[in-house]
Amino acid sequence: MAFDSFSAFLQMGTHGPYVWSAYLIVLLSLVGIHMMTKIRHQRLKAKLAQLKQEAN
Amino acid sequence: MSFWKRFEKWAQQWNSPAGFDRLSALILPWLTPLAWALLIIGIVWGLAFAPMDYQQKNAFRIIYIHVPSAALSMSVYVMMAVASFIYFVWRLRLAAIFARAAAPFGALVTALALLTGAIWGKPTWGTYWTWDARLTSELILLFIYIAYMSLQMSLDNREQADRLSAILAIVGLINIPIIHYSVIWWNSLHQGATLFKASAPSISASMLYPLLICLAAFYALFFAYVIRAMQNHILHNRIQRLLER
Repeated sequence: MAFDSFSAFLQMGTHGPYVWSAYLIVLLSLVGIHMMTKIRHQRLKAKLAQLKQEAN
Repeated sequence: MSFWKRFEKWAQQWNSPAGFDRLSALILPWLTPLAWALLIIGIVWGLAFAPMDYQQKNAFRIIYIHVPSAALSMSVYVMMAVASFIYFVWRLRLAAIFARAAAPFGALVTALALLTGAIWGKPTWGTYWTWDARLTSELILLFIYIAYMSLQMSLDNREQADRLSAILAIVGLINIPIIHYSVIWWNSLHQGATLFKASAPSISASMLYPLLICLAAFYALFFAYVIRAMQNHILHNRIQRLLER
């Protein structure tokens, strides 16, 4: 560990707000775009299945 | 049969919606979990275990998300432009679908590179933003991505949209070397290259390993994303065709 305690880890010296906000933005964005494509994939698959069933 | 012919034949099997589905089923089940695992390992290592930088203190830890975002913002663009060129010359449909699917991810990582850079800039440079060559050229890259996506969305004719946006992607490629060399060509607040240069990386191994892991994680996340997104485009096209009937 590069820090003596968990609170020191959260504080990051005086840079806590900068470091944590940057990581939060990136993680939320990456999880967000991943979830969006996944949900869209499921919707499109369901829609295609429905259309195929109607055609039969 | 020449090597190239054999390769063409081998590659041909993926170049159909059904073939691409098979390829996705082969890759995604391990690539997606691997990408997230790498990201978690890299981030925890970089945040908690890498030593503090003696000059920039803990703010330097933003490097583990900033550098991968910035690197991807450029390499996703290069891949997009190459795919656009392939589509433009050989009319390979899958290449156009790749370019279209990659753009939103490229725009996202470009925005993330700018945002994390701004947050990093405040404690180290004393300002969130400055009209410096590196920052400005990266902002232009974001505008090119947005222009590309707007052009794709504004044309109803799929073929026309793909061809015009391919031209845009190829022309916009000129901005990539400008971003890369901006820190050398102009006086810049931004530090020079640490990794992507001719000589050995100028960073201690204890800080370098988590950075390489994060970089690999971002690439894996991109490919996992782009395969899914390409599948989505193929599904969307299939649905459109069924509806038009």
